Amino acid sequence: MPMTWKAGGVLLGLVFFLAILLVKPIGVSTQFVILDGIIADAVNPDLVTATDDGFTSTNAYLAKSGGKYAKSVANPLNYSFVFVLAMMLGGFLSAMARGGIDAQDRNVPALWRANYGDDPVKRYLVAFLGGFIVLYGARLAGGCTSGHMMSGMMQTAVSGYIFAVGAFAAAITVSILMFKKEA
Amino acid sequence: MTSIILAIVIGAAFGVALDRVGASNPTVINKMLNLTDLRLAKAIMLAIGLGSVLMFSGQMIGLVDVGNMSVKAAYAGVFLGGLLLGAGWAMSGYCPGTGVVAAAAGRKDALFFVVGGLLGAATYMMTYPMWKASGLLDPIWGGKVTLGVVPGSGYDAVTGLPGDILGIVLGLAFIAIAFALPERLLGQPSGQAHPAE
Repeated sequence: MPMTWKAGGVLLGLVFFLAILLVKPIGVSTQFVILDGIIADAVNPDLVTATDDGFTSTNAYLAKSGGKYAKSVANPLNYSFVFVLAMMLGGFLSAMARGGIDAQDRNVPALWRANYGDDPVKRYLVAFLGGFIVLYGARLAGGCTSGHMMSGMMQTAVSGYIFAVGAFAAAITVSILMFKKEA
Repeated sequence: MTSIILAIVIGAAFGVALDRVGASNPTVINKMLNLTDLRLAKAIMLAIGLGSVLMFSGQMIGLVDVGNMSVKAAYAGVFLGGLLLGAGWAMSGYCPGTGVVAAAAGRKDALFFVVGGLLGAATYMMTYPMWKASGLLDPIWGGKVTLGVVPGSGYDAVTGLPGDILGIVLGLAFIAIAFALPERLLGQPSGQAHPAE
């Protein structure tokens, strides 16, 4: 770990506090839906349409809650979407400032190599499948590790605790079964 | 415009924090999840605790607007979705936020994670009516509720306790757990052969 856990925890905690002090709690997974909507709306412009008092969509999920997702698809230059783009910029600059991620780890992470070798195809396939399950689950749950677990438990939200119990129960089980050898 | 500037500043800071704490490294994530290196878990507990103490004490002295809180609804699908996310999180070593940060930092497997994620989210968009009809998205325990009554928040609570004070107490508890957790729970420290300790 590049930072001590104490320094990392304080840094992360201050960012979560800054977000709720200045704007609102941090969340990420909704923006995968917004990007899907932007792409789909570019292919089929009838997907999201303006109404008298906002936006709606032929997709029931984008149209729910008064069309708030449809509105974000129609106007990608909104706080939450730009937030995720800025996360990418921050992550990129931070990684470059510490000399970048080493070439071998960029292809296949060390713990995966110790357990399954350095064949990138196998790793990419599992990362793809994992991504599918993570985002399907996050949307079913209504949030992810950032929105539900960290922002939620920080606000003493009951939903955050329900989510954290489910997420860690599955994650710890799968991880212990999958990664038996140490890196 | 102000909100876009804030998005850039806070978003970039979050990206830096995730990279520096190691959360966007799948090796660090799975060493936490298989309980062989809990330093990241300690950092996360400390972050939640510190955030909670600062937010609720800020509310009590009028520095933090209670209206900035945003509590998500509780329903059975939160648990089910949590299980799915957890399984995929361990498989890939990424969650939505850390996956995009890792992809931007140059991890190629994270690009596959993000593409899989976009397809997973799109599949949920198409299957949403089925979940809606199943009743698993119907609120339980009052839906958008907090553990204690947070003054001025408008949210209901599952107990009658004062929510701001409870938030500070729980925040301090998270910080205490962060310090109390051992650095590893399972297995032997790598490179150490002696059985004692």
